[in-house]
Amino acid sequence: MTEEIIIAGFGGQGVLSMGKILAYSGVMQNKEVSWMPSYGPEMRGGTANVTVIISDERISSPILNSYDTAIILNQQSMDKFEKTVKPGGLLIYDGNGITRHPERKDINIYRVDAADEAAKLGILKVFNMIVLGAFLKLKPVVSSEFMRKGLEKSLPKRHHGLIPENEKAVNVGKEIVQPIQVLK
Amino acid sequence: MKELRLMKGNEAVAEAAIRAGADAYFGYPITPQSEVLEYLMAEKPYERTGMVVLQAESEVAAINMCYGGASCGKKVMTSSSSPGISLKMEGISYMAGAELPCLIVNVVRGGPGLGTIQPSQGDYFQATKGGGHGDYRMIVFTPASVQEMCDFVPLGFDLAFKYRNPVMILSDGVIGQMMEKVELFEQQPRMTHEETIKAAPWATTGRTKDRERNIITSLDLDPSKQEKHVMKLNDKYNEIEANEVRYEALQCEDADYVITAFGSSARICQKAIDIARAEGIKVGLVRPITVWPFPKAVFKELSKKVKGILVVEMNLGQMIEDVKLAVDCKIPVEHYGRTGGILPSPDEVVENLKKKIIGG
Repeated sequence: MTEEIIIAGFGGQGVLSMGKILAYSGVMQNKEVSWMPSYGPEMRGGTANVTVIISDERISSPILNSYDTAIILNQQSMDKFEKTVKPGGLLIYDGNGITRHPERKDINIYRVDAADEAAKLGILKVFNMIVLGAFLKLKPVVSSEFMRKGLEKSLPKRHHGLIPENEKAVNVGKEIVQPIQVLK
Repeated sequence: MKELRLMKGNEAVAEAAIRAGADAYFGYPITPQSEVLEYLMAEKPYERTGMVVLQAESEVAAINMCYGGASCGKKVMTSSSSPGISLKMEGISYMAGAELPCLIVNVVRGGPGLGTIQPSQGDYFQATKGGGHGDYRMIVFTPASVQEMCDFVPLGFDLAFKYRNPVMILSDGVIGQMMEKVELFEQQPRMTHEETIKAAPWATTGRTKDRERNIITSLDLDPSKQEKHVMKLNDKYNEIEANEVRYEALQCEDADYVITAFGSSARICQKAIDIARAEGIKVGLVRPITVWPFPKAVFKELSKKVKGILVVEMNLGQMIEDVKLAVDCKIPVEHYGRTGGILPSPDEVVENLKKKIIGG
């Protein structure tokens, strides 16, 4: 099993930390992982993206130009990464702020309205965990047991009180993700 | 049990320095290596092992603090990225001349000049062919994973002390910034004063009655003495070339063609090789782990059986010169590179293998 993922959105949405939690969960489940961020001035208020690879084998290139899954959280990222999903692959997006919805016919498309849901919950910070939940529902590359361990490792000890809240958000994401286009 | 962590390359190099029993780190921030200094400041190794961490006023100051620390037989490290390493070059040449051990980490970014903060391998010539002035060499490791960023730190310190010579870890923005799983080695104690005297009898640890004073210098105005000194350094370099070559060869047994690349380029090329093999092209990968000393022998051997070599670098053609010398121009050696902070993609590598080596 090798899952090659791009997560892309605005800086500040928790794109990088979501990737880190996913990668750390992979480590805890004894998988090979890599986490490669875009870095530089573009991160300040602009777009941020991270490539996460989770595999049972040694990972070759941490940098890719096509992905099994693209998790897209703003319009700029949709414009840039919709075309990079492998045929038959998966695109998950949050409809908030999206003006041009995905158009590909050869990929699976799911929508998760995580921003709205986070607002309803009254905890905007768990936005990224709702998205992560949607991904894990569709691609259970790590189990919830190891995701908890990943959370414990990713979050500083003083924030461990927030773990149940994060786990709850993951479950919400699993519930609210909806299919837009599913290939036969 | 060894400890598993998800870390950035920059963090791994910093944690490894503490665990290797380093006495001091002197640095100055620059993207994309600032996490080395940040990690060390946050980790407070002066409370863990007594290791000194200091943000110097400049890169020049940091390398000269290393000169001072190394003169006292201390395990010292500095790190920077390309423009900062250029500033350190005078100090590195002085350390090579004075035969001082030091570990220097270069997380390379695009140049020349201030260039860009994105990854590059444009500092290969600087690291392997001098960079500083004078007839000197530096052992240069090229990590291709976060694990190697960790592992080359204790190895680098060992070789720096064994040969009394600066050692460089030549990394880049990809390896520095990405996170991977790392198996950390156990904490090694820092050397005591007595152990330092034993391990570095040449160091300025305070003269005792039973020996002459130790002098650390790179200056000798008498040409006959200076020539003798440089020849002595040369003997040491020959010994290093004979004993410290490291490389990895993947899928070369049945290969018709070979791709060679170091550091993060080698990772990209591993994927390229998977793609090419799936198309039925028999291609292998040679990954030099030390680029000085350069693994000449493996290329010479391969030149007897393969039809051509593609050198892939994030520069416009630097390591290719060493490959051409190693194969004595007996088989075609071509180059593919991207620069300015752009990374080659696995597909581009396969396309260039077909165009420049198989078709050519």
